[in-house]
Amino acid sequence: MHVVIVGAGEVGTSIAASLAPDHEVVVIDIDSDRTEDLKYQYDVLTITGDGTASPVQEAADVANSDIFIACTDDDQTNLVACGTAKTFDASFTIARVKSTDYLQTWERDDRAYGVDFMVCTDLLTAENIVRVIGLPAAVDVDPFAGGLVQMAEFEIGDDSPVANQTVMEADRFESLTFVGLFHDGEMTIPRGDTRIEPGDRAVVVGSPESVQEFANDIAPDSTPNQADEVVIVGGSEIGYQTARILEERGLSSRLIEQDPDRARWLAEELPDTVVMQHDATDTEFLTREHVDEADIVVSALDADERNLLVSVLAKRLGVDRVVSVVDSADYVTVFEEIGIDVAINPRTVTAEEITRFTFDSVAENIAVLENDQAEVLELELADGCALVGRPIATLVEEIDAKFVIGAIIRDRRHVTPRGDTVLQPGDSVVALVETSFATELAAMA
Amino acid sequence: MSGRRIRVDWRASAGLTGDVLVYLTVPLSFPLLVALYYGESPLPFLAAIATTLAAGAGLRYLRDPDETLGPREAFLAVAAIWLLVAAVGAVPFLVAGVGTIAHPVNAMFEAMSGLTTTGATVLEDFSLHSQSVLMWRQVIQWLGGLGILILATAILSELGVGGAQLMESETQTRDLNKLTPKISQTARLIWGLYLGLTVLAVAVYLALGLAFDPRMDLYNAIAHAFTSVATAGFSPEPLSVGAFHPAIQWAVIPFMIAGSTSFVLMYFAINGEPMRLVKNDEFHFYLGTLATFAAIVALVLYADPGIEFGAEATVRHALFNVASIVTTTGYASTDFELWAPGAKYVLFMGMFLGGMVGSTTCSIKSLRWLVALKAFKRDLFTAIHPESVRPVRNSGKPVDEETIRDIYSYILLSIVIFFVLTVFIVVDAERAGVGVSEFEAMGAAASTFLNIGPAFGDAGPYGTYASFPMSTRGVMIVLMWIGRIEIIPVLVLFTKAFWTS
Repeated sequence: MHVVIVGAGEVGTSIAASLAPDHEVVVIDIDSDRTEDLKYQYDVLTITGDGTASPVQEAADVANSDIFIACTDDDQTNLVACGTAKTFDASFTIARVKSTDYLQTWERDDRAYGVDFMVCTDLLTAENIVRVIGLPAAVDVDPFAGGLVQMAEFEIGDDSPVANQTVMEADRFESLTFVGLFHDGEMTIPRGDTRIEPGDRAVVVGSPESVQEFANDIAPDSTPNQADEVVIVGGSEIGYQTARILEERGLSSRLIEQDPDRARWLAEELPDTVVMQHDATDTEFLTREHVDEADIVVSALDADERNLLVSVLAKRLGVDRVVSVVDSADYVTVFEEIGIDVAINPRTVTAEEITRFTFDSVAENIAVLENDQAEVLELELADGCALVGRPIATLVEEIDAKFVIGAIIRDRRHVTPRGDTVLQPGDSVVALVETSFATELAAMA
Repeated sequence: MSGRRIRVDWRASAGLTGDVLVYLTVPLSFPLLVALYYGESPLPFLAAIATTLAAGAGLRYLRDPDETLGPREAFLAVAAIWLLVAAVGAVPFLVAGVGTIAHPVNAMFEAMSGLTTTGATVLEDFSLHSQSVLMWRQVIQWLGGLGILILATAILSELGVGGAQLMESETQTRDLNKLTPKISQTARLIWGLYLGLTVLAVAVYLALGLAFDPRMDLYNAIAHAFTSVATAGFSPEPLSVGAFHPAIQWAVIPFMIAGSTSFVLMYFAINGEPMRLVKNDEFHFYLGTLATFAAIVALVLYADPGIEFGAEATVRHALFNVASIVTTTGYASTDFELWAPGAKYVLFMGMFLGGMVGSTTCSIKSLRWLVALKAFKRDLFTAIHPESVRPVRNSGKPVDEETIRDIYSYILLSIVIFFVLTVFIVVDAERAGVGVSEFEAMGAAASTFLNIGPAFGDAGPYGTYASFPMSTRGVMIVLMWIGRIEIIPVLVLFTKAFWTS
């Protein structure tokens, strides 16, 4: 495929990195330092120039592109770039936007701005936060097959009932499959006798009910419900969207925002949320408002250092679970190392969403795990493809790569895959696969 | 001396006032026809038409085509229209020259009370007056109701005066330089609804009159339809609606309530969006307070050993008179002056409520009370959580803080003016050697300033305001005028900034 990416920031770089091995990638950025860096890092063609300008797009051969991705930090630039690309008859344009206004406009009429698919960073991040809040102990949650199947990544604590058990022992749940295990950041494919150690991260795939059950089992007493207190710090777009989605689910939260005008706006837009206007790093205020007794604190301020401060403060006050937005992908590990439960990077979330479009049409959904070591794909199996007709155990032996099938959706119903299950044409499968093999696997479906 | 220059395009206001006066000749011809039908002297109305035409033409002559109608000019025009229409409305009473209203102050009182849909009367002997003059009182109230509807739904919301901006209007334009297209568009819808309700009321009253009570003839049906939909309260009958069969009294109640319901919301309700009315917070509050007050009065009447109405009549009189006071109509189904003090005090309290914003109602209005109560409840919450930001919501929509402040100050201003007027009535009565008790003074002050009509004592439902000193009546004329057009349009005229800056 010929892919043109406008914007060589974190999102653009991340997409370029995952596509470069198998596709012809052109990256356009106005900043020559960035394009230089990228050129030496990955096997991509770079162009320095304004990605919205026709001559630049002509040079990138947008006319023959299969996918055009505009993912700079600026909404208008991305929309104009897509509009320009459409004048060259670009076959599929993807725009990254921050503002939900543009998303709403596009949802009203999907011809708007010449954008074929719009990815709203802040909304995606907020949805991600809400999913993580929804599953205690989960560090990442993604829905597949229209919500029939969920993938979740859990951190196994010292006191978790499954710690020091083998996968066989831990696998007590109907329709749930252990698909991956990260030990010290290294991925292993779990087998029956693999031991789950405290501090590991386990990736499971299964029906939402079974994932919920598993979550309750490994971390009892922490499933959020009406009685739970969620405090969101920072009324950024992400903070606002998080509160809004929580309201939609009937959970009311408290939102702390320092700017009076923004606080007023938030309070008007969020009738079921208690909005407070104060500096969230004031410990005296946090104690007075009993934020220390909150079950979950979401830190969604604009600057990473402030998020770090608030998260550490919340942890020190004794908050059970702290979820923080981290703007710079490099800091995600820093956050998690100092004990913040979940660090969510909006750019990773965005890159994940955009990348799923690059797996031709068979890969319908994708989740990227642990710094792109592995991906979870949803594949629809075509008639006569390489994967159908044989039991899964045979497939695993034949294919020399790390991959696990976590769930099968057959006739809109969930089937739990086991060694002797035979895949059929028309099945949708949710599989975990190491990143380097992802494209190849997608091609086999 | 450029600082002294008048910055109001008063000629534009004068032109608009002139237009209104010229159009006033059309409704003036209705009592003229009544006079001709009953073979009475048409002179009072011919004189009134001549005066109105002359005044209207004179004002139109002042118009300067270069001057535009902005917010200030609108304030001036509104105040002038209500004053001048009342003045020409008094002409037929003066020309007819019979009874108490032959006196200029009384004539002006009666006309102003009519135009402001107050319903306070200085008539003593109804039998002295011709059918056509009595009908003129009804017509002037119907016009007052129509005028206030247009003012409330189109003009005040544009000018952003106390609470009216909260009204759920069809479009929320804020372009102050283009008052006219907005007025004509909104006005047309509201006129239609008002007219429709009036015709319906005539039909219902007439039908019930044919069935139960021959006194409710076409004349009375029209006369009462005019003043019930306008929540105004004049009646050609000395006993008000109490003169008619109970079935007719029951039928008047829904029309008073409808007249006090937001016409904009009723318009939506008729046009397939009933939920906007049914789910409106103010509508709930309005009906809720009305029902509560009626229930309390019914209980007091039931417990009163001196009153023996029977069950149906107790409920009817309680509901009718509470609805009459709360909607600011001012009819009476019985002489509530004879009721126990408990019931009278509840009625007195009800005077301050009023119906919904955007209707023909007067008084403080339920929306202002509702928002004030919600704001107070919010303040209790923020007292505990000082950092919390809590917008006050009305029907789900946030109310901005400036509006809340306007509403607080309007309520305060109303109560202060009421208090000052009460004291004035008591002092003035003492000066003139007329016996007026404090409660009667309070009742009369609230009833005139809040445009309700009847009060207590001599000014009771079957009484007259003629027993107050002439000076008191003069002040009441001014306060009915101020109270009807929501205080601010008149008060701003007395500020220096209005004229010069």
